[in-house]
Amino acid sequence: MQNASPKPDCIYQLEQIKARLLLRAGLISSIRQYFDVNGFAEVETPLMIKAPAPEEFIEAPQAGEMFLRTSPELQMKLMVAAGFEKIYQLGACFREGEFGRKHRPEFTMLEWYHSGADYNDLLDFTAGMLRHLAVFAAGSSAISYQGQVIDFAAEPEIITVKEAFRRFAGVTPENAMNTDRFDELMVTKIEPMLGQGRPTFLKDYPASRSALARLKQADHTVAERWELYLSGIEIANAYSELIDPAEQTARFEEAAAARAHGGCRPYPPPVEFLQAINAGMPESSGCALGIDRLIMIFTDADDISQVKMPLV
Amino acid sequence: MFSASDLKKGLKVQVDGEPWAITEFEFCKPGKGTSLYRCKLKNMITGSTIDRTYRPTDKLDKPDLEEKEMYYSYAENDFFVFSDAETFEEMHVSAKTLGRDAYFLIENSLCKILLFNGLPIEITLPTFIEKVIADTEPGARGDTATNVLKTAKIDNGYEIQVPLFINTGDLVKIDTRTGLYAERVSKA
Repeated sequence: MQNASPKPDCIYQLEQIKARLLLRAGLISSIRQYFDVNGFAEVETPLMIKAPAPEEFIEAPQAGEMFLRTSPELQMKLMVAAGFEKIYQLGACFREGEFGRKHRPEFTMLEWYHSGADYNDLLDFTAGMLRHLAVFAAGSSAISYQGQVIDFAAEPEIITVKEAFRRFAGVTPENAMNTDRFDELMVTKIEPMLGQGRPTFLKDYPASRSALARLKQADHTVAERWELYLSGIEIANAYSELIDPAEQTARFEEAAAARAHGGCRPYPPPVEFLQAINAGMPESSGCALGIDRLIMIFTDADDISQVKMPLV
Repeated sequence: MFSASDLKKGLKVQVDGEPWAITEFEFCKPGKGTSLYRCKLKNMITGSTIDRTYRPTDKLDKPDLEEKEMYYSYAENDFFVFSDAETFEEMHVSAKTLGRDAYFLIENSLCKILLFNGLPIEITLPTFIEKVIADTEPGARGDTATNVLKTAKIDNGYEIQVPLFINTGDLVKIDTRTGLYAERVSKA
């Protein structure tokens, strides 16, 4: 036999995950189909941006004088302001320092905006998309993930943040925030209980944890925001968009101050976005969904490395 | 000092004055929240485990750990005396620290000794050692089955499970990682 040169490791890794990557391709095409039949236009916004939205715990990698986007949110909202009513985008986003079983500093995001819709409309739309994908990926509305069945035909569980903290952590969200344990309780006590057997939408987040979400009219302490969980894994984040200019400016200032306090690098202010919101932005809702994690669920992968090309 | 972002599986840290090894590690970041580093820690002295969650601003001490190669010399009361491969300096290791390994010590065998703040906490013996079987029921002639086992004593009285064909006086190899019989070296 001829003595061939050894293959690099990434070739073996790719061979191992080939079936998952092909299923990924099918799922992506099925996602596009769902958006297309629902009248959404696929758009592309820049990967390199001048000013990321100031968020306390999200770091944009620097790219020369500019930044790599952590999400396409502000750019897509500019499109909404310009009259694009139903738009979606699939593409890479970047977040410095995030690396783990469910994180990569470069990951794929599905993000969409719908003028005139609120976060409840988005919830129904998202549950519909999951059913559509399950039928495509598993040939049935129920799939098996790490030995647990997730039934997408079942009514999704909808639970408020307040109720989830009471039920699973035994404290109020306010108490958790005052003692600086909100994130820790979320990760250790609450998230593992969500999305078991069927999708869970965790909704109505404390206002202070939703920099770009509209406050709920009936209760100004919470924002119209939900997160989708499948099998304990956070998959998507959605909200009714904040369009009040004064409120948005104040929230950005708060977030920028929190970043400065935490020693994060300052971002330039998102001038065009603030101008657009001042000029008047239509009511809309948007959702950001982590594609790699969704593919993990549908291909029964317990680590994000099994659904992405290895770093080379 | 380690910062939280240095944490990973296998890293050894000092918590409350004791050395711990990270046996499980997960990076977490709940929606729009802060990064959290969830760890399962195993105490390197007692073997007990705890769960800890660290934040990006947390700092952890680096334990003062040193690994030395030493020869086992002799037993003295409840202690076992090792001598440094280079300086011949002697070190006493308690029977408690050695645990089962105390039965597998062989004079002049080269061992690795892990020191925490200068005191021995873990001894790694050569992977295989050889011991003479001091006592076992006679083996059935021609019985070469290796899946049926019987009890046998080695020279210091420690009992191991061996195949039926092993006889008193045979020299056998023992895997010190598992404490199990590995193979027969020679017949009596």
